[in-house]
This record gives sequence, structure tokens and C-alpha cells, in this order.
Amino acid sequence: MENLVLHLDNIQKNFAGLRALADVNLHIEKGKTHAIIGPNGAGKSTLLNVCVGRLAPDSGKVIFDGDELTGLKPHEITQKGVARVFQTPEIFQELTLLENTMLPALSKRDGAFSFNPFRTMRSQTDINDEAQDILEDVGLAEQMKQIAGSLSRGDKRRLELAMCLILRPRLLLLDEPTAGMSRHDTNQTIELLNKIKKGGMTKIIIEHDMHVVFSLADKVSVLARGKIIASGLPEDVRGDPVVKEAYLGGAQE
Amino acid sequence: MKQKLFNDTTLFLTFAAAILLMPIWLAPLGASYPDLLQKFAIYGIFAIGYNILFGLTGYLSFGHAAFLGVGSYAAVWSFKLFTMNAIPAVLFGVFFAGVLALIIGYLSLRRSGIYFSILTLAFAQMSYNLAYSVLTPITNGETGLQLTLQDPRMIDAMFIEVGEGLPITNLFGIKMSGYSGFYFCAVLLIICFYISLRIFRSPFGLMLRGIKSNQNRMNYTGLNTRPYMLAAFVISGMFAGLAGSLLAVTDPLAGAERMQWTASGEVVLMTILGGVGTLIGPILGAGLIKYFENIFSSFNNNILHDFFSFLPDTLENIVVQVTGLFVGGGWHLTLGLLFVIVVVYLPGGIVEGFQRLARLLSRKKQPDKTSSSLKNQSAE
Amino acid sequence: MDSILIQLLNGLDKGAAYALIALGLTLVFGTLGIVNFAHGAIFMLGAFCAVTFRKLLTLSEKVQDPTVTLFAAYKEVPYLKIWFGDTGLMIIDYAVPLSILFSIPIMILVGYVMERGLIRHFYKRPHADQILVTFGLAIVIQELIKAAFGANPIPQPPPDIVSGSANVGLWLGLGEALVYPWWRLMYLVFSAVMIFGVFSFLKYTTYGMVVRAGMWDRETVGLLGINIERRFTIVFALAAVVAGVAGVMYTPILPPDYHMGMDFLVLSFVVVVVGGMGSLGGAVAAGFLLGIVQSFASMNEIKDIFPGIDQIIIYLVAVVILLTRPRGLMGRAGVMED
Ligand SMILES: Nc1ncnc2c1ncn2[C@@H]1O[C@H](COP(=O)(O)OP(=O)(O)O)[C@@H](O)[C@H]1O
Ligand SMILES: [Mg+2]
Repeated sequence: MENLVLHLDNIQKNFAGLRALADVNLHIEKGKTHAIIGPNGAGKSTLLNVCVGRLAPDSGKVIFDGDELTGLKPHEITQKGVARVFQTPEIFQELTLLENTMLPALSKRDGAFSFNPFRTMRSQTDINDEAQDILEDVGLAEQMKQIAGSLSRGDKRRLELAMCLILRPRLLLLDEPTAGMSRHDTNQTIELLNKIKKGGMTKIIIEHDMHVVFSLADKVSVLARGKIIASGLPEDVRGDPVVKEAYLGGAQE
Repeated sequence: MKQKLFNDTTLFLTFAAAILLMPIWLAPLGASYPDLLQKFAIYGIFAIGYNILFGLTGYLSFGHAAFLGVGSYAAVWSFKLFTMNAIPAVLFGVFFAGVLALIIGYLSLRRSGIYFSILTLAFAQMSYNLAYSVLTPITNGETGLQLTLQDPRMIDAMFIEVGEGLPITNLFGIKMSGYSGFYFCAVLLIICFYISLRIFRSPFGLMLRGIKSNQNRMNYTGLNTRPYMLAAFVISGMFAGLAGSLLAVTDPLAGAERMQWTASGEVVLMTILGGVGTLIGPILGAGLIKYFENIFSSFNNNILHDFFSFLPDTLENIVVQVTGLFVGGGWHLTLGLLFVIVVVYLPGGIVEGFQRLARLLSRKKQPDKTSSSLKNQSAE
Repeated sequence: MDSILIQLLNGLDKGAAYALIALGLTLVFGTLGIVNFAHGAIFMLGAFCAVTFRKLLTLSEKVQDPTVTLFAAYKEVPYLKIWFGDTGLMIIDYAVPLSILFSIPIMILVGYVMERGLIRHFYKRPHADQILVTFGLAIVIQELIKAAFGANPIPQPPPDIVSGSANVGLWLGLGEALVYPWWRLMYLVFSAVMIFGVFSFLKYTTYGMVVRAGMWDRETVGLLGINIERRFTIVFALAAVVAGVAGVMYTPILPPDYHMGMDFLVLSFVVVVVGGMGSLGGAVAAGFLLGIVQSFASMNEIKDIFPGIDQIIIYLVAVVILLTRPRGLMGRAGVMED
């Protein structure tokens, strides 16, 4: 029990009559990668939204490393060490890749408010170097001066990943990080995510691509119609008839 | 990186030189008389400040006239109560505008988008209507706040012999009308430009641009955007207060109409016309609008007849009739057409026009290289 | 009691005017995504349709005045009178209501030309650009009207039989003291009919349903293969007609001048936003709410307690509503919030 870092206790969320999350309980181990799979509309993104404070749950609690996150604002949750890659990339379209990557680092440093309009960006050499390193890691260093809006979909995802990584989060939430990527890019992303795994960061990853799930996940939970219907090691979940049923049922809806 | 610093320095020095030399290079355009030059500088400050909010964060305030007005009232009170010296007047103007901006900004920034715009508009309209009605003891209502012979002027009274008639505003003895008034405003404009340049290049500026680009992501980088937005709002309010106090320094009276929504709208238009989010765009926009207001409106049919006297009589009359629509009282028509034309053909405002021109010219000389660097420099 | 009723009528009357202008504004906001600062100018154009129409009706011939015998005096006699006698005079008397018919085709044309000629190029542009271009357009329209009609207000009397006041008090059994101008009552009824008409159009016609769907989700409607462009033109023209006809009917209440549109514009923006972006019902509700609140605030009893309250009440209420309800009365999430 010591090594559990995130607890989702009895989370419920309704949208105007639609039950998006029905009593979800989930406990995530420290340093592990936990995959959440499930058919479209199962409530996976909603679950992450509840974790990062984008949505308030109707009932239930989110506890991260002993702190309750429910009721906190998104920036407060982020400051506690939770970062998120969104399903549709949320980046700064009009800014350069370097600026995109430096901004989170600046926020991490000055997030609570430290006001000095007379420092120049040029003097931020440490943050600049750090951003360049991370861009190197995700393979975008060469396009550093480019405007982010001009990137391909796959590259935007990688940029967003870089923006999360520079925060050095303790918990990283990834919502379909390889959707829309080519096989080659997907493999690169897997490699990258495996690399940071060694850094001891906890990750929750939502994924449809079973190849990605099996390459990364230590544990898998299946979410269907707002309920966790199975949880366990990847191999166990794969064989579970209930899971197959859920996917087929989901497809018919 | 080194290159960039050099560019900013040149930009700043060129700007300063251009402003200080305005009486010379604006002479051929008929715009070098002090009253108009003062307006250029003052509204330039107003627009620079507005751009720090609107250009960097994308929050469109429709109530900045309130700060302009408060700046003017505070300055005139400083003349009435303390001294005719411009420095305290300016400081009071900036201070009170800052306080008002803090209050209005704190409340309005709870909302974004059009809801924010209407909140700022509502606060400014309330200030305007109150200035006309219940606040008359402070604002002197419709007549406007003016100097009188009965004013105490406590500080001046200690040092200076009271003269005949109303005293004039001064800067330690230099009178603040005419060209000296312009140079006072011009120096402040240059300082304001420098501050704006530094803000644009600072982490603070980058954060504000991040808020404009994607506020949601900004929250998920862990930034509490509220105090940063408020800082930007207050800074831009203080710039407006400075502009308002300078209006009073160059002409010591203050009226409520300075706070009306049309004045807020004017600074929005100046900024968009020149180029939102660019460093010099807002100043160009302010200059252009004030130029039209003062020069085009002063044309009358006699001047036009003189101008077109080389034409045969009937043709002359027709031409004067038609052009007469666009000048004098009709200068608004020209301005309206200008807005439409600029926004249709130059979506980024006047600055974009210059950029296109520069790209066109440099492409002719040598392909690519220079054009892109030019663009980067002024696009920020 | 009487004064409260009067204020209520006043408020409904003002509210109806706000609601009617706000309705067109929010329709264009919601469907086309356009911040239309020229909407007030369209209202003003409607009012000047009435002015023009009366001018046309009263085109006159100079005839010698037979009553003056000392010298040859001339007076202007409208052709209508010469041709049709008293019927002609009656037509002139009814100039304002008749100009509604005159104004509708003109407003459709105005809407069509504006949307096709200019507005449609701005659907994908930032709101700042939309503001600049529609503001520019509004100025141009204003100045052209000023050049054509002069700067002074031009009074437009209502038809004779409704120029007096109605004995509202007698109807309600409250005594004779309670009277209210006929034309204002007519305006109130007319506004209610217009608002009802627009809502029915949106609710019960297929055209209207697509428009409403477009307000919810423009892209999907476009994907359904519906010619959304043409519907946009129709919506814009409809908004122009609503504003224009409102302008016509308003002329007996406020003699039109070239800047009446701007005066209304700001308040109608406040109304739209207080109602909530993307909500037609919200705009109408906010219009009436602000109108009523304003007329009650101008009662002496209230002014004695809160001096100056009548000057700021609309904005004060707007601030309170916007600060307590994030999207105004009935606004939808995500519409013009960034
Ligand atoms: N903000 C919202 N408002 C209303 N319904 C929503 C909202 N977000 C998600 N939903 C609904 O909740 C259900 C779960 O959605 P989501 O969590 O996005 O599923 P997924 O598992 O595909 O990520 C879906 O039916 C979706 O339509
Ligand atoms: Mg999802």
C-alpha cells in the first residue's frame, strides 16, 4: 500500500442525465505505467478531466500523494506535479517550438506570481538550455524556431509531450498520445516513454493501440460505460472474455 | 541572439530619433504644429499601453477611457490644490488610474472574451455617467474641471508670487504649452515605448502571449494566470492615466466626455488599425487617426477651391463638391473608409503593410534572407 | 400605484426597443459569428427609410394660394392631394406605418449587399478585424446619411388618430390620471409581434431549424451538405429587416438623426451579453429586464434614496449579472469566451 501514489475513490460524473463515470475506483502504483483502455465514449477522457481539475466530480475524491486534488484549480494541480497531454493537442499555435517548451518551465518557476517585466528572455539561459535538451529528446530540436501551428499532427503531440516533460511531473497523464501518428512515429514515442519510465515518473496512459499498451503498460484497466470492468496485468486482461464483450458491446452502440 | 539585441537597440534609437524629430519631418505634411504633435505623443502613449493588454493577452477592454479620464481629473486637481508643476500632476494621474484599474481589472478579469469586454465597458460607462451627475463636486459636471483664481495651489503659494490671471502649467519654470509641452510628452512617450519593448521581450510578455494563444494550456503549465493578467491590466491602465494627465498638462481642463465609450473605442481602433500586438503599430494607428481628425477636418471648401483652381470652372465645382464630402465635417467618412480598406487589404494593420512593402523591396534586391529577418524583427 | 404602472409601461416600452435591436445582433453573433458594430447603423437606415418615404409622399407642386389676395402667394401642395384629394392626405398621415412596407425590400437589399459584399469575407477573421470593418462601415453609412439628410433630427409624426394618449387608467379602472402615449403602446405591441415572429420563424420553419442548428454547431450543419452560406445571407438580411423595421417604428418616438444608431449600439451590446452569448431568449429577457429596471430607477422616490442611480443602473445590473452568472442570463458555454 505504501507505493500507491494516486487514488480515485468512488468517482461519479453525470452530464445532463448521461452517466459518464459510475463509481470509479482506481489505485495507481508509484513509478508504474498504468494503461486505461475501453471503447469510445467509455469515459476515459472524462476520468482524466476529473484528475486535473477540468471537471469537478459529482461525488468521490482524487488523492495524489496524500493531497486531495478535488476542488483545486487546474494550475494548482499542475503545480503539485501532475501534467497532462490532451487528446487534441493543446499547444501555443502562434509561438515557436522553443517558446512553447520554455513557457511551462517559466510557469514552474514563476507560476504563483513573480513579477519582473524587466528581465529579458535572453537572460533565461538555464531555461533555454533545458528546453532545447527536451526538444532534442522528442526529436524536434531542428524545428525549434518554427511556429508550432505549422507542425504536423504527430509533431504537435510530441511537442505537447515535451511541454509536459519539462515540468518534470511526478504524474503524467497521456490521452491517446499516439493517435494520428505513423507506425514509425508511434515506435519513437514508445521508445521515448520507455526512456522516461526509468526516471521513476508515474504514468497513466489512455490508448487504443494494443501494440502501444503492451509495449508500455505495467498494468491495464478496462473502462466501459463509466465502470472499471477489469484490472490487472496486460496478459490477464487480454484474455478476459468480459473485456471482449465490452468492446463488442461498445462498438454496437 | 546577439543579432537580436542589436536590432532592438536600433529599433529603440530609431524610434526615439523619429519622435524627437517629428517637428521637422512632419512639416511637409502640415502636421508640425505643437498642438497636434502633443496629441500624437499623448495618444501614442495611450495606444502603447492599450496594446500591452490587448496585443499581448488578447483581452479586449472597452473601458480604457475611464483611466484616461481619471488621469485628467487627477492632474487638474493637482494643479488646483498643489502646484502648476507637471511632475506631480503626472504622478497623481498615473497613480489614481492605477488604483481604478486595479479595482476594475480585479472584477472584470473574472470573465473572459466578450463578457470581459462588456464588464469593462459597463464600469467605464458608470464612471462616465457618475462624473456627469453625482460626482459633480469632484468633476464639475458638464462644464468640466477647470483652473480658477480661487484655487489654493498650496505649494506654489509658498514659493511663487501670485500673478495676474490664471497661471500656466510648467515643468520647473518651462511652460508646458507649445513645443516644450510636446517635448515633455515626447520624452515620456519614448520612455513608455522602452518599457513596452522590455515587457514584450520579457518572460512576463511571453507568458501573456501564452495566455492569448491558449489560456487552457497555460493553466496546465501550472501558471496562475489571474495575477499576471491583472498586472498587464493595471500597467495598461496606468499608461492610459499618464496619457490623460498629459492631456491636462498641455491643456489644463478635464471633462467627462473623455471617459465616454467612444474614447475607449477610439483606442481600440487605433491599435487594430496600426497592428495589434506589434510594437510600433499602435503608435502609427494613433498618429494616423489624430492626423485625419485634425488635418482633414480643417479643410474647407475655400481651401479645396484654391487647390483645384487649375481645373475649368464647372469641373472645379464638381470636384470640390465630391471631395468636400470627405474633408471638413466629413472627415469621419474618410476615416471609416480607411478602416474598411485597411482591414480588407491589410489584415495585420499598417505594420503589415510596411512588412509587405519591405518584403517586396528586399525580394527584388536579394532573395529571402533579409526579408525574413525584417519580418521577425517587427512582427514581435 | 399609478406611477408604478406608468414606470412598468415605460420599462416594457424601452425594453422592447432594446430587445428588438439585440435580437438581430445576437442572431448574427450566434449564427455567423460576426461582431456587427454596424447593426446600429442598420437600425438608423430603417428610420431614414421612413424619412425618405414621407419625403416621397409629400413631393409637392407650387400652387398659388387663393386665400391670399393682396399679392401672389404660393404654397406647396403635395401631388397626392392634387391627385386624390383627402385620400391622398390620409396616405400622408399614415406615412410611418406605410413605410414599413417601403422599408422591408430596402432592408433586405441592404442586408444582402452588406453580407455578400463585405461581411462574408470576415467569418474566419479575428473579432478585432470584424469590429474594425463593421465600425468603419457604420461610420461610412452615418456620414452618407448626414450628407444626404443633414445633421438635425427630422421629426416624424405618427398618424393623427394615435398621436394622443390612451386612457390606460380608465381601461384598468384606476382613474383618469393614468395616460400613456398611443404610439408607444403601439410600439410595444409591434415589438412583441416582431419578437414572436422571429421566434416562430426559427422554431417552425425548416429554414429556421437549420439556422438554430447552425447556432449550435456550425461545422456539422455544413457537413450535412446544407448550403450554409446562403442561409447566412438570409439570416443577415432577416436581422437587417428586424432592425430596420424597428427603426421605422421608432421614428415618432425619437426624431431620427444620423447618429441614433451608435447611441443604441452600445446598449444593445450590453443587452446581448447580459442575456448570454448565443441565446435569443436571453437577449429578449435581458432587454426587458434592463428596460424595466431603468425606468424604475428613474422614479423620484428611488433617486432620493440613491442619488445618481438612474444614470448607472443598467450598467450596474449588467455588472452584477455578469459577475454572478458566468455566461449572463442564458448564455451557452464556449461562445465568444476566448
Ligand atoms: N463536457 C461534456 N458535456 C457533456 N457530455 C460530455 C462531456 N464530455 C464528455 N461527455 C460525454 O461523456 C461520455 C464519455 O466521454 P469521454 O470521456 O470523452 O469518452 P472517451 O472514453 O472516448 O474518452 C461521452 O458520451 C461524451 O459524449
Ligand atoms: Mg477520449
